Formats: sequence, C-alpha cells, structure tokens
Amino acid sequence: MKKALVSIAFGLTASLLATGASAQATLNSVKQKGFLTCGSNTGLAGFGVPDAQGNWTGLDVEFCRAMAAAIFDDPTKVRFIPLAAKDRFTALQSGEVDVLARNSTATMSRETQLGLDFPAINYYDGQGFMVRKKLGVSSAKELNGASICTQQGTTTELNLADYFRANNMKYEVVAFATSDETFKAYDSGRCDAFTTDASGLYAERLRASAPDDHIVLPEIISKEPLGPAVRHGDNQWGDIVKFTHMAMLNAEELGVTKANVEQMKTSDNPEIKRLLGTEGKFGEAVGLTNDWAVRIIKHIGNYGESFERNVGEGSRLKIKRGQNALWTKGGLQYGIPIR
Amino acid sequence: MQTPSVSQASPPKRSFLYDPNVRGIFYQTLLVVVVIYLFYMAATNAIENLRRAKIASGFGFLENTAGFDISQTLITYSAAGSTYGEAFVVGLLNTLVVSAIGIVFATILGFLIGIARLSSNWMVRKVSMVYVELLRNIPLLLQLLFWYIAVLGPLPQPRNSVEMGAGFFLNSRGLFMPRPIYASDIWVLLTAIAVGVVGSLAFRTWARRQQAQTGRQYPVGLVTLGLVLGLPVAVWLVLAVAGANPISFDMPRKGTFNLQGGMQILPEFVALLIGLVTYTAAFIAEVVRAGILAVSKGQSEAAGSLGLRPGQTLRLVVIPQAMRVIVPPLTSQYLNLTKNSSLAVAIGYPDLVQVFMGTVLNQTGQAIEVVVITMGVYLTISLLTSFVMNIYNRRVAIVER
Repeated sequence: MKKALVSIAFGLTASLLATGASAQATLNSVKQKGFLTCGSNTGLAGFGVPDAQGNWTGLDVEFCRAMAAAIFDDPTKVRFIPLAAKDRFTALQSGEVDVLARNSTATMSRETQLGLDFPAINYYDGQGFMVRKKLGVSSAKELNGASICTQQGTTTELNLADYFRANNMKYEVVAFATSDETFKAYDSGRCDAFTTDASGLYAERLRASAPDDHIVLPEIISKEPLGPAVRHGDNQWGDIVKFTHMAMLNAEELGVTKANVEQMKTSDNPEIKRLLGTEGKFGEAVGLTNDWAVRIIKHIGNYGESFERNVGEGSRLKIKRGQNALWTKGGLQYGIPIR
Repeated sequence: MQTPSVSQASPPKRSFLYDPNVRGIFYQTLLVVVVIYLFYMAATNAIENLRRAKIASGFGFLENTAGFDISQTLITYSAAGSTYGEAFVVGLLNTLVVSAIGIVFATILGFLIGIARLSSNWMVRKVSMVYVELLRNIPLLLQLLFWYIAVLGPLPQPRNSVEMGAGFFLNSRGLFMPRPIYASDIWVLLTAIAVGVVGSLAFRTWARRQQAQTGRQYPVGLVTLGLVLGLPVAVWLVLAVAGANPISFDMPRKGTFNLQGGMQILPEFVALLIGLVTYTAAFIAEVVRAGILAVSKGQSEAAGSLGLRPGQTLRLVVIPQAMRVIVPPLTSQYLNLTKNSSLAVAIGYPDLVQVFMGTVLNQTGQAIEVVVITMGVYLTISLLTSFVMNIYNRRVAIVER
C-alpha cells in the first residue's frame, strides 16, 4: 500500500517534470507560444514588483522585457510568474518558466547540482543586516545573541550561519517562506535584525511602518552575484540570455541610448555597427533577427538607463552604481565584445 | 471473434470468451499491466530527463553538510557539523512533537466541548455551539495567521518582558522558563516517582477487588494523586532540608537583545499548537456529541433509576458505549491534525515541510527525492496512528453475544 502510493507520487512528479525538461529548443517553444514566461520576485522594489496598475517593474523585470523585445520586437510579450525563493528553482527545472530573473545568486552547486546556468550577472550584490535604530547597534559584530529573520532556501540563510560561526557568535534564526512574511515578522518585532542582499534591505526598508527607525549596518558579509538563470543543456537559449545583457552593457559603453538608437544606426563606428546589426549577422547566429540589439535598446534602453530608472538615482531606492558601474568607470560590469 | 458452432452436439458448451471468470481475470490483468506500464514510463521518463538536465539524483545528498540553522531543534544540531539527513530528523521530530501534544489537548478540549453541547444548562450549550460553528467554519490557515500575527505578535519586546513570577517571562520571542539541571542524586527522586506509580497501581487493583466483594468504594483518584505527585515532592523537600539538591534551575536573565538561559518556547510553536488544538477540538466535539447521542436514552434512564448521579451515568454508562461510535471518526481527526501541522510553513515553525520541503529541497534541488521522502513520512505516521487507534477500537467495540 505504502509502496504503491509512493510510486504513484513518484510517477506524478516525474510526469510533471517531463514536460519541461525535455524541451530542448526553448527559443522555438517561446516563439510558438508567442510569449516568454519569466519567473520573477513576488515583490521586491527595484527588481521585480507589480505597480498600482498591476504592471511589473524592476531591473529583473526589464531584463525579461528586453528578451521579449529581442525575440518579438514587443516588450509586453512576457508573462511574469511570481515565485517564492524556495520554489524558484523547481519552477525553472520543471519548465514552468523559460527564464528566472529573480535576483538569484549564482553559485557552483546551483550550476552543477541543480542543473542550471547563470549566463550573465546583472547585479553584483552582497548580504547585509538591518536593525532598529533604538537597539543602539552599529556593527554586525555586535549582533551576538540576536534573533534574525531570513528567507528560507536562499544563500542568505547559509551565509548567516557561516558568518556567526566564523565570528563565534550565537543567534536565533527565524526562517520564513516568502520575503513578505520575513519582513513582516521583522517589522512586527519578532526579530532584532533582518538580513538579505543589501539592495533588498534598502528596498524592504521602504515598506517598513516607519522606515526612518531602521538602519542598514555597514558590514557586507558575502558575495552575491545576482543574475538570470536558465536550464542546463539549451545553449542557444543561454546565449540569448547572456547577450541580451551584453548588448545592454555594450550599448551603455558605446553611448547608445533609447533616445538616440535610430540615429546611431548611421554611425561609422564599427563596434556600433556590429551591435546594431548594420554589419555582420550576429543576431541570426543565435536564432534572432540581426536588429535584435536595436529592439532591446529601442524598447528598454541600455543597462545604465535601466539601472537608474529602477534602482538608481531615478528611483526611490537611490542605490549608487558602485560595483555595478561599467568596467571603464571602476565597476565590474564588462560587456563581452560583439564580433 | 470466434462463435461456437450451433450444430455442435450436447452438452451445450459456451465459449470461454463468455465465461465471467475468464473475463474478470482478463480485465484485471489488463488493468495491472496498464498501471505498471504507466509507472514504468513515468519513472524512466523522469530519470532520463534528470540525466539530460544534469540534475543530481539519488539519496546521497542526505550525507552532505546542511550549512543552515534551525530555530527549534530537539536533537543536537549545528549548521557546521550536521547533515541534511539530521535536518530531516529535526523537522520530523518538530512535526511529531507538535502533533502529539496537539492530539492530547485537542482530545481533552474536544470531549469537554462535545459534552458541554449536550448540557442541560442553556448558556453552556449555546457557548459551546458558537465555539464549534465559529472554529470549524474558518480555514485553519487564517486561524494560524490570526494566532501568530494578531495574538502573539503584539506581545512586548524583550526589554519590556512580562514577568510572570517564578522565573517565567513572556515576550514577543516566546515564553521563557527556568531550565531544570539534574544533579547526580536525582535517582532518589526517580525512585520516589517509580514507587508512587507502582503503589497507586497496586492500590487501584486492591480497591477494585474490594468493591467487587463488598461494594465499598475507595477514593482511588486522590490516593493516586498523593502517591504519584505527593511522594516525590515530599522526598524532594526532605532532601532540600537535608542539604542535598537533586534539581537546580537555570533561570532566564536579561541579555543584550533577549533573555538568555532557561528554556524558550517559540511563539511559532505556540501559535501552531493553539491553532491546531482549537480547530481540531471543534471537530472532535461534534464526533463526541454524535457518539453520546447514539447511546439510547433508556441507558441513561436505567442508570438514573439505579441511583447513579449524572456524572457517574456519563462516565460509567454513556461514554463507554459511545466510544465505539466515537473512535473511528476520532482517528480521522487525529490524522487531520497531524497532516494540518504542515501549515506551519506559513508561520515559520520549523516542521518537516518547512525544513525539508522548504530549505533542504531548495539548497539541494532534489525535488523528487525530497517530495517522495516527505510523502512517505506522512503516510507512515498516518498508517501508524490508524493502526494504534484500530487496536483501541477493537478493545472498545461492542461485544456481540
């Protein structure tokens, strides 16, 4: 009886898994469907959050829109599927989403054991802590004995354990399934500190009942390269993800913006000509049209524009470019040449 | 299809195709083959897809270091030294402890309310009716969130803990109480408890025999209480006066952020326990009421004419007969409570689903294995519960003569 039920369960899970993982050519199936399914955050200001009208906005959201622009010349042909941290990779593995742009950290085990690829890093981040001002704590090193709210199934949860062990401090972890529940628990006083990626701390602070009562501690305790993820094994699809990001980076570096992209088509600069498809057949090589980058820039803009609009000075988050500046300006964002 | 020749001589022989037995065997075999084929297809398909997607498979991950912490652990567990397998055990024990305590309290509360619904007192009857209708008609998840966010959430911050006396404190991080530390001469106390239990059992047997022979009744309850509780306390007092101290207490005291030392009961655990108990008790109350109503009125009247008081009638005549009706649906309620404990995930209590299906699944990515193990565990717990309850049911079932 028990065995039989277990095997039923096994069979069902398996057949669910079968539908997605067997899809080798994701690009073809996306073209056939007529839209892209994109796993997004359930709600993180600046990265993936629906606005008052129900339109998704954010850096990760615009990444998916850029892909839709490259494929369909229409950034609205995306269906966003909000995913909790603990469900996101299963959703990608099972084929529920075509790409996961959900501020997810690239790690070795996620690439090797979970069967995923992180073709590009669209935000370099690190983990930090937020506490109430009235606790009088000014450094993460003073958190010995604190209870800390975190979201389960994240690298954050693991870094937290590492950091307190390395510094020989005790803590009580309270883990929740979604970022919403986690932050609510912190805000209601269940925990002394709240931890997530630094960008997330600034975003969540805006939602606190009294944002000015909270401070972000200066320590950054980990490396969190955040980027879109795809399933292992479909390299063409991986390339599209990778070069969507690279096109946006190169556009910023070459000064191609949403406003001037049409004039730039007449440019004599060979790098711009290759990027905008007036020279060479780079788009066709990944199964797109040669004006793929024009479509991205026309609809979304370059990386810098997207950054400023969603998380930078033009947004409520006001995060500095820092590590996410172009390599020419002392940052880590380095666009692979298109040639 | 073959048809038998009409001209054939007697005895008239039907084709085996029309034999119901043969047909029965044929269709059943066909069904089994189809089912096995479906399972085989599903399993090979899954394995093939896992291999193609280069997703790790197998149960080896249980040996890997977990690397994350859990708030409530009944066994020794640390992020550094423990494996995913141990994280699984932690989650399993947390599920079992909340279910076991929940079942005990839900049974007590359920019986009280079920009996109260049949009370002759109008007020008691209506209050218990309102309780049942309110609790069982609101989804359990909402009730859990209510207890966690609305009731336990607004408790004071640690720096303003409510002091309840005797080393008990209450704040938004939970209930804090003194933790007993046992000294080496604890055996004296343990012996006293053992003597108390054995003594009270012996007294009970003796009192029964006396009642059977002479009709005299003895205060069994009081004597049992005195022996099981009174004796150890008396021994403890004597020891304390003599200067020995078998139990000392680690008192909670104020630390930088929170109280330190002592024992802590997490608010997540309390919210889940209250939610499960009050919700399931509403259903148990209805089961109990149905069981009592199933005992014919003549039984109570007969007991009354024998001179039994209402309490005695209920305890000695009605409940024993009602049990045979109560036990089977009661078992389902126990199973429901155990399975409902997986809603813990919504309020951050580290039960099996939260720890294993949440964190472990996500960190290892081995969805199929984790889901299969978790389903196997709930199935095993449920089957064991039914097994035990079925044995009990056989004992209380009516004996046919």
